[in-house]
Amino acid sequence: MQKVRGLVIKRAGELLSDGTVTRVLGYKCGDFFYDVTPAFFESADQLSDLEYGSFCGANLSKYLINACKDQKEGKILVLLKPCDTYSFNQLLTEHRIDRDKIYVIGVGCKGMLDIEKLKAMGFKGITKVLDNGDELDIKTIYGDKKCKRADALLEKCVCCKGKDFKAFDEVIDVEEPGEKGADRFEGVALLENMTSEERFAFWNNELSKCIRCNACRNVCPACSCMKCVFDNPVSGAAGKVNSNSFEEKMFHIIRAFHVAGRCTDCGECSRVCPQGIPLHLLNRKFIKDIDELYGDYQAGEEVGSRAPLVNFTFDDAEPSIVHERGNE
Amino acid sequence: MSCNCGTPVDKLIPQTVKVVSIRQDTPDVKTFRVVALEGEELFDHMPGQCAMLTVPGVGEAMFSITSSPTEKGYKDFSIKRCGLLTDYLHSMEAGEEVCVRGPYGKPFPVDTEFKGKDLLFIAGGIGLAPLHSVINYVRANRENYGKIDILYGSRSKDDLVDFDEIENEWLKEEGINVYLTIDREQEGWDGHVGFVPSYLKELDFPPTSTAVICGPPIMIKFVLQALIEMGFEKTQVYTTLELKMKCGIGKCGRCNIGSKYVCKDGPVFRCDEIDELPNEY
Amino acid sequence: MYTIEKSKLSDLFGAISASCELYLPVKKAGQNNFTKYEAGTEYCDELKTVKSPKDMFFPQSENIVSFEKTDGKIKVTPDTIPTEKTVVFGVRACDVASFDVLDRVFLSEPADSFYKARRENCTVVATACSEPEESCFCSVFGIDPSEPKADVATWFVGEKLYWKALTEKGEELTKAVASVLTEENADGTVEAEKAKIKEIVKNLPLASLSLDGWDGDATEAKFDAPEWEKLSASCLGCGACTFVCPTCQCYDIRDYDTGHGIQRYRCWDSCMYNDFTMMAHGTPRPSQLQRFRQRFMHKLVYFPANNDGMYSCVGCGRCVNKCPISMNIAKVIKAFGGDKS
Repeated sequence: MQKVRGLVIKRAGELLSDGTVTRVLGYKCGDFFYDVTPAFFESADQLSDLEYGSFCGANLSKYLINACKDQKEGKILVLLKPCDTYSFNQLLTEHRIDRDKIYVIGVGCKGMLDIEKLKAMGFKGITKVLDNGDELDIKTIYGDKKCKRADALLEKCVCCKGKDFKAFDEVIDVEEPGEKGADRFEGVALLENMTSEERFAFWNNELSKCIRCNACRNVCPACSCMKCVFDNPVSGAAGKVNSNSFEEKMFHIIRAFHVAGRCTDCGECSRVCPQGIPLHLLNRKFIKDIDELYGDYQAGEEVGSRAPLVNFTFDDAEPSIVHERGNE
Repeated sequence: MSCNCGTPVDKLIPQTVKVVSIRQDTPDVKTFRVVALEGEELFDHMPGQCAMLTVPGVGEAMFSITSSPTEKGYKDFSIKRCGLLTDYLHSMEAGEEVCVRGPYGKPFPVDTEFKGKDLLFIAGGIGLAPLHSVINYVRANRENYGKIDILYGSRSKDDLVDFDEIENEWLKEEGINVYLTIDREQEGWDGHVGFVPSYLKELDFPPTSTAVICGPPIMIKFVLQALIEMGFEKTQVYTTLELKMKCGIGKCGRCNIGSKYVCKDGPVFRCDEIDELPNEY
Repeated sequence: MYTIEKSKLSDLFGAISASCELYLPVKKAGQNNFTKYEAGTEYCDELKTVKSPKDMFFPQSENIVSFEKTDGKIKVTPDTIPTEKTVVFGVRACDVASFDVLDRVFLSEPADSFYKARRENCTVVATACSEPEESCFCSVFGIDPSEPKADVATWFVGEKLYWKALTEKGEELTKAVASVLTEENADGTVEAEKAKIKEIVKNLPLASLSLDGWDGDATEAKFDAPEWEKLSASCLGCGACTFVCPTCQCYDIRDYDTGHGIQRYRCWDSCMYNDFTMMAHGTPRPSQLQRFRQRFMHKLVYFPANNDGMYSCVGCGRCVNKCPISMNIAKVIKAFGGDKS
């Protein structure tokens, strides 16, 4: 990863110096190895703070919405992982960002790590993680530990969409092309096989942890409304908190409906949830249903593609299917 | 634990009051007079203090109390129609009920710093509402204060709040000078025409009075500039800040500017105190 | 000093919950949060709960008053002031200190009756932090995690829990559960544990944070500083930091139509939200930079200005762990040069 970091800094520096771009959207190193923060760098000397490591899971695409809107001169260089390019394309499709203002460096990826998973394994006081291929050396206040890299992957990386970049101006890739991840619908199938009571209990248990902090919504590249209905005091739905025990479910269900067909399954919602709610399962259920009812579709695969839910063909499923499925 | 017994369980709990009269002041301002229900009492207040009015299901908001503490038994609220709650209030009829809690905020220092001083009141539009209470308090305790000048302006004659009271009472009272102005020429108006800040400069009051300003932010800004040019010190000038509030008691955090809470430390501020706040109001 | 075997904790919890409601850290759906004890509930010994125990006194949502309108008459019914006796077990020293911060707000005149009642009815049993983590920096605020100052302080050492009452309330609780505790002179064991913890805390990576320059008089020096722009540049404007923070206490008051009346409730709110502070003409803090700055200025400048220098941060490090973009108060302090290392 140090090698990738070096290459990214070198290339970003060149592009800043020759005027191709005027700022770089990347990651800034933090106090530890895992707490990188998305950041803009405006000169080559600022790039010494640029971090590129195994904890750069954040999808930077959404920051481009505001960056394209501000009045600053010149292009924005953005670092995108293969999976991030789907969100990038989806934002282009929705006319939320301006391709002409952006220079994409696709950065090869073998899966990003999840600090929460490491903590769940019982490692306390982690101060450093050394990425040695298949194994991680974990330095903690309470001694050195080891674990398998595969066990510490972010959920979105476990179900990796593949190593292809769906958008880029150039690519920096020193990683061995990995395999496609596990079947992303496994978790959905587990839920589908439950009885409706079991399923309700599962979601009740998970969603009752929700603190309505809006992190899932605010990080979501598909949630790009200027004013969210849940923030609008005259909508009648502006709950900052659950005024009854169903409200947090309503919030997440409505959000899942709203992004259905547009969600690229980038997994940011689950990654940022402070309560570890597997929100991606809601979105994947929609994706699976759409695939089954209308044929396979991956949002963000191409710019300008028409999502099945906003398109009509004579082969479309009849609306009655919804009713029938509801009775299952 | 009923809160209608006069001792609410918490400052956040309002009491029901009856709207006994509604006076249409201008096309978009009405003055609501509320009284306590039979057998109950309303809180006491001082000029400049505010209260929270609730219409259940519609909303709750802070309004300045326009009546003077010297007027016992009721509270007046002059309210401009400008949102959900005020729309509803404007659709109400006398006899209906609303809820109220208060009083909130720091009043004008009428019994301390203002005492013995000449007072210059400068108001624009609905900005007269908070000053109305002070002016009538000062009128009722006339011996405690020097000369009183009132400069009041609005968009048009019809937009002058309390015009009847100004014409029939204030203008006729000795030792009170009232200067009225409207923004544009209007039929039936032979008074001054022009914005408040420029009229203020024309009138050129000596910088010996204590000035009290209330009005739209832009007016306050230019009036303050004019006063400084006229030789007033910021320590002689008082104004009020306006922010949407929820708790009214300095806890919910939303009206926090710098180390001050507008609901608790204001809404009345001396202009030199405002200077110490970060520029976020 | 009293002790109880770790394996017999459920006896202790049973004894406490016999006479009052007991709350303690419990893992549910993979996350550790303070939860009401029921027979069979297991204590989770992870260092940090996701949410702080501030819910004990200032719940995320609580009803305060309801209105009923019939024939034009409005009936106001305040919600009952809570009277249940509660015990909260397993509170860390930082969170205990956060109660002092919350008290400054809710118990200052006019005191909040709901908070006050809950606070008075609660006995706080604190637990020393045997294994502080990299994100902890309570010592920067003068808090000692080896010696929490609550009604009862406890230490987990080896296979035992050591229990020491520190206040009258703590003595009462101790008496009430005396049947499951064993009196033991264990001062030596506990002192050794304290020394061990102190040593770890001294060497924590964030222990070198320095608050020099942050005080009630720092508005002018800090407010217009250029640092805020970079610090806030990627803030999502969510409320994760505020909601997991033990000292954030801003709230909203809202009305909810129940179908047969209006229920007014108050709920946590966040200064990070764009509709938090409003004037008639809109928000005076239109940018995320301004809202971000407000949160940290409030914690490190405005709050100390009003509260004898007390900061509205206890170094629990939850924001360090939970911010989606890993921005936090430690980074803010460092960006302004506050690092002694």
